[in-house]
Amino acid sequence: MIRITPGSDSTARRTLSGAARVLLALQLDGPLLVGLSLVAIYGLIVLYSASGQDWGTVLRAAARLAIGTVAMLGLAQVRPQQLRAAAPWLWGLGLVLLIVVDAMGVIGKGAQRWLDLGVIRFQPSEIMKLAVPMFGAWYLRERPLPPTIPDLAVLASIILVPAGLTALQPDLGTAVLITIGGVLLVVMAGLSIWFMLGAVAIGGVGAWFVWPLLHDYQRNRVLTLLDPESDPLGAGYHIIQSQIAIGSGGLFGKGWLNGSQSQLEYLPERHTDFIFAVIGEEFGLLGLTVLLLLYLFVVGRALYLASQTQDTFARLLASSLALTFFVYIFINTGMVSGLLPVVGVPLPLVSYGGTSMVTLLAGFGILMALYSHRKLIGS
Amino acid sequence: MAGAVRIKDLYKELRMFLRRSVVAAAIILALSLLLIGRLVLLQIVRYDYYTELAQGNRARLEPIPANRGLILDRNGAVLAENQPSYQLELVREQVPDLEQTLKALSSLDLIPADELDDVRRLIRSHRGFETVPIRLRLTEEQIARFAVYRNQFPGVEIQARSTRFYPHGALAVHALGYVGSISESDLGQIDRAAYVGTSLIGKLGVEAARESQLHGRNGFQEILVNAQGRSVNNQGVLGRALRRQPPTAGTDLILSLDLPAQEAAEKAFMGRRGAAIALDPHTGDVLVMASMPGFDPGIFGRGITRNEYRELESNIDLPLFNRALRGIYPPGSTVKPVLGMAGLAYGVVTAEETHFCPGTYHVPNTNRIAREGKGGVHGAVDLRTAIAKSCDVYFYGLAYQLGPDRIHEFLAPFGFGKLTGIDIAGERTGLLPSREWKKQRFKNPSDGAWYPGDSVNFGIGQGFMSVTPMQMAQVTAVLAAQGAVFQPRLVSAVRDPGTGKTTQIEPVPLPRVKGGTPEQWQVIMEGMRGTMIRGTAKAIATTAEYTMAGKTGTAQAFSVAQNSRYVERNVDERLRDHSWFIAFAPAEAPQIAVAVLVENGGFGASAAAPIARQIMDAYLLPRLPKAAVAPTPTPTPTPASATATATATAPPPATQKPAEGTAR
Repeated sequence: MIRITPGSDSTARRTLSGAARVLLALQLDGPLLVGLSLVAIYGLIVLYSASGQDWGTVLRAAARLAIGTVAMLGLAQVRPQQLRAAAPWLWGLGLVLLIVVDAMGVIGKGAQRWLDLGVIRFQPSEIMKLAVPMFGAWYLRERPLPPTIPDLAVLASIILVPAGLTALQPDLGTAVLITIGGVLLVVMAGLSIWFMLGAVAIGGVGAWFVWPLLHDYQRNRVLTLLDPESDPLGAGYHIIQSQIAIGSGGLFGKGWLNGSQSQLEYLPERHTDFIFAVIGEEFGLLGLTVLLLLYLFVVGRALYLASQTQDTFARLLASSLALTFFVYIFINTGMVSGLLPVVGVPLPLVSYGGTSMVTLLAGFGILMALYSHRKLIGS
Repeated sequence: MAGAVRIKDLYKELRMFLRRSVVAAAIILALSLLLIGRLVLLQIVRYDYYTELAQGNRARLEPIPANRGLILDRNGAVLAENQPSYQLELVREQVPDLEQTLKALSSLDLIPADELDDVRRLIRSHRGFETVPIRLRLTEEQIARFAVYRNQFPGVEIQARSTRFYPHGALAVHALGYVGSISESDLGQIDRAAYVGTSLIGKLGVEAARESQLHGRNGFQEILVNAQGRSVNNQGVLGRALRRQPPTAGTDLILSLDLPAQEAAEKAFMGRRGAAIALDPHTGDVLVMASMPGFDPGIFGRGITRNEYRELESNIDLPLFNRALRGIYPPGSTVKPVLGMAGLAYGVVTAEETHFCPGTYHVPNTNRIAREGKGGVHGAVDLRTAIAKSCDVYFYGLAYQLGPDRIHEFLAPFGFGKLTGIDIAGERTGLLPSREWKKQRFKNPSDGAWYPGDSVNFGIGQGFMSVTPMQMAQVTAVLAAQGAVFQPRLVSAVRDPGTGKTTQIEPVPLPRVKGGTPEQWQVIMEGMRGTMIRGTAKAIATTAEYTMAGKTGTAQAFSVAQNSRYVERNVDERLRDHSWFIAFAPAEAPQIAVAVLVENGGFGASAAAPIARQIMDAYLLPRLPKAAVAPTPTPTPTPASATATATATAPPPATQKPAEGTAR
């Protein structure tokens, strides 16, 4: 142990305990907050470079972060019982709004995702990212686990109805994310391994039969999705350029603001969906690994918090939120690095735009609320 | 059955949840490792591959056009140089809608509407990734206008390039040539790679003939471009690895032209049509080459409009036509000194024998009468007088006596009937007729036979015979150099622009004129000297500070019927006779030989001779040793003392004296 001055140790301890007391009072989890903050700060630094050194973009992203933080703080104060009680209502409200948006799209004869409330525009599908796991957890809270076949049928409709409405907008990416959030909840509720394998098998066989029935252009679309490099100037352009960006970054990267792929606009959607490639180009493998470790820390801490909750509703909801967060990360990074087909999923907390940042932080607020309001058993 | 109602087993559920959490964490770790593996593959294993791709992405190879070689006159005055200018360039594959882009550019007045078709054709003849210059020499206003709408024209950019500038405008344009846009037909003949980034190519004259030397070798540089292909400013370290290879400038050409003499020549034409050429008789250097009217070569470099070109092409005075090399005219009386030399060389006449000129000549064995062209009666004339007074009858007889074979044999080495071999393209041969030629020319044997009248026509340079002004200048130079023949040349030296080292080009001697002694050449010179003193051009050189030897000539532009006479004022201006004058000076040690033709100028002495005088003044006066100029007495205008003056002026070689004494 190294002591520089006798007094410094006690001062630090007092400060630390002071911060801990503030966090406790705010119902927040310190380590998770630190992890999220580091990711967000990293994201803002990268965003400045990825936006072509545009302060406006960075400030707007910071504003969204602030709104998300307020939502997180607010939700962290809500008692789990209240969350539980609100779950069906929130899901119902989201469903109504989705139908309204879809109807507006039909009337306006165009894709429609937004509800314009004058002051802010927001996507009802974002509500569903939280409402679906909440309602699913609410449905399973009193039932014995693993869920029975009829339970699964009810859960399927809880998940697939909003996902389908979102897909109709059309916003396939969000629909997939909503579905994944719901499915992860069911998996954590104890869905049988055989059931999962069976579903995969049915899906595969179904695809086998459907394939010959598809039109040529539809097949091409699927094939390009699986092998983007067959269409280098069309669908494959994004992924080829992003791989060039990442690959040419090497171990240490070309340096902040010095990525030629990013700065010369070869990389499309560089500050939104493909921002991961900017990091890879400018900060190299090292920068990417640091980001991944930060993410893993957040996911791990979230999973730990979930395991410390005390009832089925809290456990299922918290673990679903934690795992969904990782799925977002993996889909985005996998897509940008060429492991997965290109679908429009942003890199959580780093990509610019959308209300997804607010939703994510709101989810973490819920997670913290579930953890911090647990009853202390024993002692 | 107890199984019908399942009891919630909290402990078992918690265990299952924890178990699944652990499995989930393991899957998360596995997927993260998979991702890291993918990144290692991209960033470590394939690092070089992707680095190269990124390099290729951001850097575009851009040619740096070489500076075109300068063209200088013999004194070092600049005749053609390069000036920066701005031009509009287009890369087809970067233009979303070519047709619409061209229309929009046209509506902004950046491309003239009547040139759209040409521009389309030019673009089509390039490959999609090649840069096509679609408009040269933009004005400041056009640049500003384009800058405003620039973002509406992806693939179109303004580039600073150097264009050709001719500081003396139309001066010597037919010798210099000009540079113009590379046309489709040019593209077929050049190495396209060498011309990437160059929009101009030599079109005529020296610019075309020496294109490969003047062009130089383009360099290249890598420039940063963004995904739209636009070049961007250097962005810090991004620019560090860019490669650059400097261009090699084209070779400078030093022409034999003398700028003051050229200016004097073109000015002296005073708007008339014709050609003037001056040669250095000892090297073949072309001192002056003027074809009037000329045109401003700058308009081609700027991007000539269709209308401007149509105007040039349809101009009745044919400004694009190089009369010096391509104008074909009968030599008229200017051929007489050569025939006189032939007579001496073959021993057909002596310098002293006289022939009586009654004003007409009866062609032997025919009933034809050939007239003295200007009328009048010369009386008894010897060779010198016949040349000086241009006596037709004397030369009718001489030509008849020589016959076509000897005339052809003697005249051919002078350059009649063949290319002079001047170092620019476009020359025509003219015609030196022969028995052989006439036989092949006419199908009908009676037309193809050689008649005495054909020989007689030789005597006054009419009939089938024709020459270019360039050929006539060479003939004059041969007369001046007493039989030595040199190939005329415009480029006398080349200069390396890097080192400044000048390399002279050796004169190219051609086979000498066969036969003839120096004394005989001297007789011809004296005859031509007589022209200036007491003969047909005596008004021209009376005030000259040097001695001049010349010969006038008049070439029929259309034939006059057998028994009628040519009366100048009755003939339409464009049907009037062409005016010839050939001369060299100083007569005793020639430095310059001149041939001047004024189209429809009438009698040679009145139109053409003063031009020759202006050229010689401009060229010789600065070069005459001052001491030599002062004591030279001005030739007295009185014809009586002419011979004496000529003898005094020309310090005669020893061999000349007896001949001089018995002249006349």
